[in-house]
Amino acid sequence: MADASVVRAAPRQYAWIALMWIRAALAYPASFWTLTVAGAIITGLDFVGIAIMFTTIDTLGDFGLREIALLYGATGVALGLADMAIGSVEQIGHHVRTGSLDTMLTRPVPLLVQVCADRFALRRLGRISQSAVVLAWAAVPIDWTPARVAVTLMMLVAGLGIFFAFFVAFSCIQFWTADASELANAFTYGGNTMTQYPLTVFPREVVLSLTFLLPVAFVNWYPSLYVLGREDPFGMPSWFAFLSPAVALALLALAALAWRTGVRHYTSTGS
Amino acid sequence: MALIDATDLSRTFVVRRKDAGRRSLRRRREEVHAVHGVTFSVEPGEMVGYIGPNGAGKSTTIKMLTGILVPTGGRLTVAGVEPSRHRTELARRIGVVFGQRTTLWWDLPLRDSFELLQKIYAIEPARYRENLDAFVTLLELGDLLDTPVRQLSLGQRMRGDITAALLHDPEVLYLDEPTIGLDVVSKGRLREFLRTLNAERGTTLLLTTHDLQDIEALCDRVIVIDHGTLAYDGTLAGLHGRGGSMRTLVVDLVDEAPAISVPGASVRRVEGPRQWLSFPADASAAPVVAAVAASYAVADLSIQEPDIEDVIRELYSRS
Repeated sequence: MADASVVRAAPRQYAWIALMWIRAALAYPASFWTLTVAGAIITGLDFVGIAIMFTTIDTLGDFGLREIALLYGATGVALGLADMAIGSVEQIGHHVRTGSLDTMLTRPVPLLVQVCADRFALRRLGRISQSAVVLAWAAVPIDWTPARVAVTLMMLVAGLGIFFAFFVAFSCIQFWTADASELANAFTYGGNTMTQYPLTVFPREVVLSLTFLLPVAFVNWYPSLYVLGREDPFGMPSWFAFLSPAVALALLALAALAWRTGVRHYTSTGS
Repeated sequence: MALIDATDLSRTFVVRRKDAGRRSLRRRREEVHAVHGVTFSVEPGEMVGYIGPNGAGKSTTIKMLTGILVPTGGRLTVAGVEPSRHRTELARRIGVVFGQRTTLWWDLPLRDSFELLQKIYAIEPARYRENLDAFVTLLELGDLLDTPVRQLSLGQRMRGDITAALLHDPEVLYLDEPTIGLDVVSKGRLREFLRTLNAERGTTLLLTTHDLQDIEALCDRVIVIDHGTLAYDGTLAGLHGRGGSMRTLVVDLVDEAPAISVPGASVRRVEGPRQWLSFPADASAAPVVAAVAASYAVADLSIQEPDIEDVIRELYSRS
């Protein structure tokens, strides 16, 4: 089974593969920068849309534009980092169909490392930096305390973990049905879109399901309420703000289980 | 100790099929024995041809040997370990080439792929350079190192794939249909290379193929699998003898003539001045050719080898 040396070697092996793809992408600088800037503009338009709404309204779900920017920026950075780091895991169905999964299985590197690092796309930095700019703009008026700084960092790391788990877990379905990549998108990008807005715009039932069923509310909502110094509008306990890392770890454990089950299914059916 | 040791190796798949006759949505579970009770062992340094018709279980066996697929029955060890349990560990000691698809990174130049493999397999830099130089020279890859894989021709890509599979000095190299789709010259070059590899480095080769000439050029030993079971394990000559397979002498006479009559061969077909004569594959063609040339005015002669499908068909129709 996965002993310590395998785990220790994994980040290095990941870096080798990712670096090779980065070098390959940078071999065509014009194409790289076009795609990077285009990525930033496309995702940036989401926020421009929200900002334009605010020329006619002052609050959305009782939240101001800067507060929404915090939510938007946090989920954007978390999803962007997860997407860049391991978004390629969505291609698992493609690897099954073309047989490249078999090739990967004959290499002395853990399969998850190979699948995630495959076609590593540095151009996603465009999207990430756009979200980071929005986040920085949101941070300006906040009354920063050490605790709030810590919760913000925790929010970004835990958010990355949660999206990481979603990417892996929902991609595993493709071990059974090779064409299910859209399903994973519904949860990752869909979850991201929902959390770009204050959850107060949704009915209570939606908020409950985003907390307990598909816990994307822990990506940004609960920690952001703490950072903004706001009471929970739905009356959830205030310590939910600190729960994000635990939620992330639990989801990562489930994702690891799903991955193992998926790989075992593949090696026992070969299709 | 044997490098590959398979005892009663089996792999069963469960497939669900719609019931044909009945108007029901229920699907029937059906067991398919892709590989069934196969026993063989391969010693270090052997060159073994693993042949059989389509769907016979060749690829399933290769997948079990590499650890990609878990056997459902029997015992299998490769280089002393159970492949499916020690897949990652075994990966450093084996090389795999799939003829129908590349193991290289499609968008990257060969050189980048090779350098990444050096790191992944932790190949010592001096050894890596030595191997790369050797294979680049032998396989004439020098001008292609900076070309992205997707721009390579099939034959060039295959040479790249073989280099990639050998950089880490594997003890055994599995080749799944290595010559499929290659032109005659490329096939010849590839066979020459594999012979050199085996002779100079002692690399064990196990190849599946449809091309009997691959086997003739490379393998002292043939394992025939059909419908998942072992049909034959021995020399190629023995296989021809066992299957009673025939070679064909095609004779173009100067003028039309009645069926040729010579000892050791029989006419199978006559079409104008052209006649097809069959003779046993393990017999020499020389006396037949000499007898024909002595009694008839011959414009041209050619010999057709039996193909693998025919040999196996014969093998089965007799048993």
